[in-house]
Amino acid sequence: MKRRHISAIVRLTHNNAEMFQIPERASSCLDIRQPEKSFKKTSELANPACTADGETTYSFLSNWSKNRRTMQTANPDDLLTLRGLTKSFGSFKANDGVDLSIRPGEIHALLGENGAGKSTFVKMLYGALQPDAGEIFWRGKKVEIPNPAYARELGIGMVFQHFSLFEALTVAENIAVALPPKTSFKKLSTDLETVSREYGLPLKAGSHVYDLSVGQRQRIEIVRCLLQQPDLIIMDEPTSVLTPQEVEELFAVLRKLSSEGKAILYISHKLEEVRVLCERATILRHGKVVGACIPKDETASSIARMMVGSDIHQIRHEPNAAHHGEPLLSVRNLSLPARDTFGTPLREVSLDLYPGQIAGIAGIAGNGQTELFDVISGETLAPSAEDVMLFGQPVGKLGISKRRAIGAVFISEERLGQATVATMPLSENVFLTRHSVNPDLKAGPLLRRGTAKALLDKITTELDVRKSAADPAAQALSGGNLQKFIVGREVLEDPKVIIVNQPTWGVDAGSAARIRQTLIDLAANGAAILVISQDLDELFEIADTMAAIAEGNLSKFESVAKTNRNAIGLKMSGIFAAEGTHP
Amino acid sequence: MELTLAILLTIITAATPLLLAATGELVVERSGVLNLGVEGMMIMGAVGGFVMAYLTGNPLLGIAFAVLLGMAMALLFGFLVLTFATNQYATGLALTILGLGLAALIGEGFVGRAGIRPPNLYIPGISDIPFIGPLLFGRDVLFYISITLVAGVMWFLFRTRQGLTLRAIGDNHHSAHALGIKVIRYRYLAVLFGGACAGLAGAHLSLVYTPQWSENMTAGRGWIALALVVFASWRPLRVLAGAYLFGAVSIGQLHAQAIGIAIPSQALSALPYVATIIVLVIISQNRRLTMINTPASLGKSFVPDR
Repeated sequence: MKRRHISAIVRLTHNNAEMFQIPERASSCLDIRQPEKSFKKTSELANPACTADGETTYSFLSNWSKNRRTMQTANPDDLLTLRGLTKSFGSFKANDGVDLSIRPGEIHALLGENGAGKSTFVKMLYGALQPDAGEIFWRGKKVEIPNPAYARELGIGMVFQHFSLFEALTVAENIAVALPPKTSFKKLSTDLETVSREYGLPLKAGSHVYDLSVGQRQRIEIVRCLLQQPDLIIMDEPTSVLTPQEVEELFAVLRKLSSEGKAILYISHKLEEVRVLCERATILRHGKVVGACIPKDETASSIARMMVGSDIHQIRHEPNAAHHGEPLLSVRNLSLPARDTFGTPLREVSLDLYPGQIAGIAGIAGNGQTELFDVISGETLAPSAEDVMLFGQPVGKLGISKRRAIGAVFISEERLGQATVATMPLSENVFLTRHSVNPDLKAGPLLRRGTAKALLDKITTELDVRKSAADPAAQALSGGNLQKFIVGREVLEDPKVIIVNQPTWGVDAGSAARIRQTLIDLAANGAAILVISQDLDELFEIADTMAAIAEGNLSKFESVAKTNRNAIGLKMSGIFAAEGTHP
Repeated sequence: MELTLAILLTIITAATPLLLAATGELVVERSGVLNLGVEGMMIMGAVGGFVMAYLTGNPLLGIAFAVLLGMAMALLFGFLVLTFATNQYATGLALTILGLGLAALIGEGFVGRAGIRPPNLYIPGISDIPFIGPLLFGRDVLFYISITLVAGVMWFLFRTRQGLTLRAIGDNHHSAHALGIKVIRYRYLAVLFGGACAGLAGAHLSLVYTPQWSENMTAGRGWIALALVVFASWRPLRVLAGAYLFGAVSIGQLHAQAIGIAIPSQALSALPYVATIIVLVIISQNRRLTMINTPASLGKSFVPDR
């Protein structure tokens, strides 16, 4: 829809962010699209500009990259220059003519939504994937990076998003595995403790990764990368598992590295972080570069527009801290031992959900969220029936279907495998959670497939689920569309109690906004909603009251108006014992 | 004294093939590959070792040929499981069935022939020391190989960089690949090593244990070796302890049957299995230690994205 009136929005930053609508856009893009000229000049130019638009830029870009193929060198001032990097998987172009340049000592952001091609791009940089076309220049010289070992030799280090650590090995062993074989193991152990202290990332060489927290694990990744003496450090979504305080510490480390002349390619979709940290940003959408900007001169929403390609639905929400009536769901002093060595015990958790309110629980993964969700949903039974009260009934000993029949719905964290069966068509997935609730779905012991298909159509229209076929298998949907289907399936009959774990994890911005608005509207109609999430932005956007969970302890709920990111961040790291956790 | 020595010697003989096969499989599993074809590789080693020794008159050539056949079987397994990423369980079972059938076919004309036993070590003076001499310094070459293998594997896994890399691959092949480690190459080498060890174990059966060939002569020892690796929580010294415990109890129960103890013979025959499982379960009580030693990617196929 936006494509039809393609118009570049060029934002000139030197005169206080004025907005221009320029009908003939190609010419205005020209400067920006020629990194040889513009990037060299960026330091002189006071007006680095930023573009965002649709298709015409692409065609322009591809012409431009064709012209440029003839040139054999890159700007010698750049540490790394990439030209026309292309990678296809089958018929799907994950990266299509991507250009990027990085100067020594700069923190450069690579922005894009899930599936925009960021991971593919960095894998090519790190030698884990080979580009189908395109050129890589390192310090002005054309190179090929056949494998990660060669990337490390060049001076490119990588901190992975899903940690590439070995749980069964010690910290020192984890680091040794990635270093050249000649490195002495003993020297390495002392080196790593020195380097880790120097950068404020304390680590013990002999501890097993298995025993360490997520934050500590990330330190290993970073120290491992630093010990390779890289000139360029690629960081893939490094803050997704950190508390706001840990993020601050990480940023301090990154700024120190940058001041030492190390360049950092910072991959993220968290716009506020990019704005405070990064000097330049390149924006990727559907595998193509669609814009470049100076993040601190932009607003989060102007960058988001470039990432998504259209305006994102603005969520309307008036926090409503006052609660009326009786709680619809209560948990009272619930303690539950850990399921296994990896589990977290729940410690005297209490909470009340009131009609018309969204209560949010923040926390870093693995602090008891799954355990709490499971015991509220009935996947795990509570020690006694009175531990969980639903509409005034003790349900702690009832299974999940019975709790659904009483009128609650549960949306679990794992889309494929728990919320849906990957290989089953959507209409059959409708049965899985609704059979105990909707009598129309069954005729005696038999299934009424027609009803399920009708429900699926209703879900599809109400939540705008985009699917390739009428009734595809769950795994054929993108994350965002599948999540919309799951939310739609559960909320179709206007439930009064909704428990949801990670409602928009790994979901594109458009779908996320849709899901959040749905939850807000349901609360406005009198539903009591519990949202467990690791995304603080999301919670501040939709929740009325908020608490944090840390190592199985749940803090008191507070009105969002009376708390802030810092306070919640401290609670996420477990600092709330003094407040007297339980009323 | 004479009887004790005789019992100890038979225990060593019973334990050695298990130890050889299990040590090889331990390395394979530490790399994250589960090869259920140990029995098949072992019996190919048994028939190959016997036939080659019989035809050439040289038991050492027989042993070498057994190693080669074990490795050939392992190569076939590796080709399917590593190159084509087939299901490791199904492929391993198929390898066992193939090995048993193929060995029976090859050994058809050799049933009942007398085999050629490799000579025992003899160091003048030292091997003549009463009791200790024949026990430790007068054994066959495969016994010394088996003990050296355990020590070598321990040193390799826990003291060398390649050993560290191998353990890392077994723990998480995706991470290893992301770091640029050649996962498939390491696994091929590990699988081939496992095949060589199973071949040695087979040669021990047909050249040392009972120097002759008969169909199905491995009699499930490949499976016992597999079980030992798991119950020993992938630790070489525990495999050694498990193999000798199993050997000791199975020899002990034979003697008990001979004396005529009033326990049903079936129960006594089951004793080595029961005893080994109980002891290894008891020493594996520390869950944290078990977790750290368990190769987390065991049995999972690895397909690098390209």
